[in-house]
Amino acid sequence: MEFDPIILARIQFALNISFHILFPTISIGLCWVLMFFRLRFTQTQNIKWEYAYYFWVKIFALTFAIGVVSGIVMSFQFGTNWPGFMEKAGNVAGPLLGYEVLTAFFLEASFLAIMLFGKNRVSNRVHLISTLIVALGTSMSAFWILSLNSWMQTPDGYVMKDGVIHIENWIDIIFNPSFPYRLAHMLIASLLTVSFLIAGVSAWRARSGVHGPGTIKVMKTGVILAAILTPVQIFVGDMHGLNTLEHQPAKIAAIEGIWHTEKGAPLTLFGIPNEEEQRTDYAIKIPKLASLILAHDIDAELKGLNEFENEHPPVAPVFWSFRVMVGIGMLMLAVSWFCAFTIIRKKDFSKFQYTLLSAMTFSGWVAVLAGWYVTEIGRQPYVVYGLLRTSDVVADHAAGTVLTTLIGYIILYAFLLVSYIATLRYMSTKPARSLELLQEKAQDDTEKEL
Amino acid sequence: MEWLPLFFAAAMGFALFMYIILDGYDLGIGMLIPFANDEEKDLMISTIGPFWDANETWIVLGVGIMLMAFPFAHSMVLTSLYLPVAIMLLGLILRGVSFDFRVKAKTDHKKLWNNLFSIGSLIASMAQGWMLGNYVMGLTHSSLSMFFTLAITIMLPVLYIMMGCGWLLYKTEGDVYWKAVRWARIAVLPLGLGLLLISIATPLVSETIAAKWFRLPEAIGLMPIPLASMIAYGAIIGVLSSKSMLNNDKGWIVYVALIAICIMCGIGLGYSLYPDIVIDKLTIWEAASSKDAMQFAFYGTVIAVPCIFAYTIFIYRVFRGKTTELSYESDR
Ligand code: HDD
Ligand code: HEM
Ligand code: HEM
Repeated sequence: MEFDPIILARIQFALNISFHILFPTISIGLCWVLMFFRLRFTQTQNIKWEYAYYFWVKIFALTFAIGVVSGIVMSFQFGTNWPGFMEKAGNVAGPLLGYEVLTAFFLEASFLAIMLFGKNRVSNRVHLISTLIVALGTSMSAFWILSLNSWMQTPDGYVMKDGVIHIENWIDIIFNPSFPYRLAHMLIASLLTVSFLIAGVSAWRARSGVHGPGTIKVMKTGVILAAILTPVQIFVGDMHGLNTLEHQPAKIAAIEGIWHTEKGAPLTLFGIPNEEEQRTDYAIKIPKLASLILAHDIDAELKGLNEFENEHPPVAPVFWSFRVMVGIGMLMLAVSWFCAFTIIRKKDFSKFQYTLLSAMTFSGWVAVLAGWYVTEIGRQPYVVYGLLRTSDVVADHAAGTVLTTLIGYIILYAFLLVSYIATLRYMSTKPARSLELLQEKAQDDTEKEL
Repeated sequence: MEWLPLFFAAAMGFALFMYIILDGYDLGIGMLIPFANDEEKDLMISTIGPFWDANETWIVLGVGIMLMAFPFAHSMVLTSLYLPVAIMLLGLILRGVSFDFRVKAKTDHKKLWNNLFSIGSLIASMAQGWMLGNYVMGLTHSSLSMFFTLAITIMLPVLYIMMGCGWLLYKTEGDVYWKAVRWARIAVLPLGLGLLLISIATPLVSETIAAKWFRLPEAIGLMPIPLASMIAYGAIIGVLSSKSMLNNDKGWIVYVALIAICIMCGIGLGYSLYPDIVIDKLTIWEAASSKDAMQFAFYGTVIAVPCIFAYTIFIYRVFRGKTTELSYESDR
């Protein structure tokens, strides 16, 4: 079988970034949640918050480590897989990536040491500040990388000279039109992912009767956080969509499955996009709703894919990914409000609720990946929207070389993912260990004081 | 602003130098792990626990500066080093995660993670040697340059192992300390021999470099480099063979002397390359990004790097002194 090296390079890039993003998503959100646990402990002196912190900080360390090493792959990949990208867009991409290293990576990596191992070496305040710095660092790295990614979606502040992109104004580049929406959407997505992760794991522990103190508190924190954030996320997502309609109408046409420009376009809930026949088979539609949502007018005209010949992305993956993301968003809303309602009424969770929450443990991951697929596949055939085509930037490695490394990555990532989840499971079933350690420590401390 | 490319070339060299002297010791310890017993393994890994992540970030900075300032070199170098880069990344991933998994996984899996940690360290070190060697050879693939590349591929792990020993001499006491002395005594001869051979081979295989080294009067100005390296090497031998210095906990001198050798190699390499960023192919100025991009990057670099330095020192101070307990468990 012959493989096209371009396709292979794309698959490899997509695989690596998809694997990478799973872990930052958790690091970004979990760090703020850990900060919250620490603060609650300082405020209430309730030891349960401290237990919660100790349990989750270990998971944080593990997640962070995988995030770091898979991230290093990313920074090499621009050169190995997309040399044309760095040559043509390097003036923009280089400094933004560089700033991420300078302002975020060192900060995170250095203060992480104090956050993890420094508890007995620095004062409580320094430890707290270190945790805060790590949290700020992860969010800062999201800031820079999303700035670059948004610029690739909605480029601004540049001039083209001899086929190379040059700088006109850094502020316009960094704060490009889609950046605020993307940053907000992604940061909330991280927090949501983490809320369901902590709620799900805690529910699982509670249901299997292996939980230590604090588990229920953590579960409730997750539920309440999710109940607050999900509606915000849906609102932000909607704004994001409107922004995309303005800048990338072809993407929206693919998301909505609008093949031909029409007035009063219906909203397609489900269906099977059929690219050859230019229509959506078996579609379930709600009349006029797409026009209403996207243009706030039931008779507004929406541009169809027919207006973007050779300029629009493959429809089916964008269409489907979008429905997966929004579907999970709706599910999150239902589950978090259902459970939050129980908490507000000060009732105990039913068995069903525990099961529901633990089933949702990794729902955030699925939504995040689906969201990125909408964004990234929806940008095709361009790498930098309207400026650079993906096919112009690819490296010409022998297909065999790329295939070999690709297979290597697939095996490695599958192994790591399985290990990660297995370890999470193992740690969740062993509450006793963390308890013992804490008791020992408490003893040590009293001995020291005596 | 003609000097901006020069500034960034120096900054990039500096970041990669920092990478070698810092991540070198933790990669080295990774390779030494198989020779220690279980308790010693835990202790050895504890000595690098708080540092490895930040150490590894220096290579990200090196690549980052290359991305910022020399996008053309980034694509040229990394495209032609595609395979060793991929292998190095596999190695770095394996060891980075094993670090965390080994203390969190089931006890019967710990052995697996220990092994992966060592194998990952070895793979990453060798792949880096391969990259370095091929880079010095101007990314060419003649049989001569392959041979040189192979030599560096073997040498770099030896250097890292030596640094690992040096770090252990600084951070530990007791059994592990004396084991490190033993390991260092074994590694020191291959290290010296390797350095010597590579110094002789470099001008032989690269005409460009030979021309730069043996040109008068510069050649005289270069003399301090081999001299200083020899003195530093002598210091290592001296410390390792002096019972009283070792007893008085002066083992850390080994690590310092290795840094000195690395500085000398770095200066030598910089001189050999200049003004090229890829030897015979691309000069610093040809590879540079546009002026605006560099200027923007410049402000960030001059502000951020001193801060990075300051808090790196702070972190090393917080974790100074001998590592005795298993400090990995976050709740200890
Ligand atoms: C929205 C967030 C986000 C996104 C889209 C990306 N990353 Fe990332 N990355 C992070 C958020 C993050 C993080 C939260 O900051 C990480 C995860 C764990 C960590 O240490 O930092 C990280 C780690 C991380 C590291 C290791 C840092 C270190 O040594 O400490 C590198 C080199 C990269 N990333 C590079 C990239 C590149 C080149 C990306 C794009 C193609 C990318 N990341 C996408
Ligand atoms: C973190 C979440 C991300 C995910 C899950 C993701 C996923 C993907 C996927 C699936 C593609 C392939 C599209 C296709 O070929 O049909 C792609 C393309 C691309 N993405 Fe991303 N991406 C992410 C973030 C980023 C960021 C932050 C950048 C840059 C800063 C980026 C740069 C690119 C480039 C250059 C391509 C073009 C190459 C290609 O078409 O395969 N991506 N991404
Ligand atoms: C349910 C309501 C939601 C709506 C209407 C919505 C809307 C959108 C839209 C329109 C995009 C594509 C933007 C573009 O590239 O032009 C997007 C991307 C994305 N979505 Fe959502 N979203 C929703 C829920 C969620 C949820 C629940 C998550 C995760 C927990 C999520 C995570 C993401 C991510 C990670 C991206 C890609 C990054 C970005 O472009 O910001 N979304 N969303």
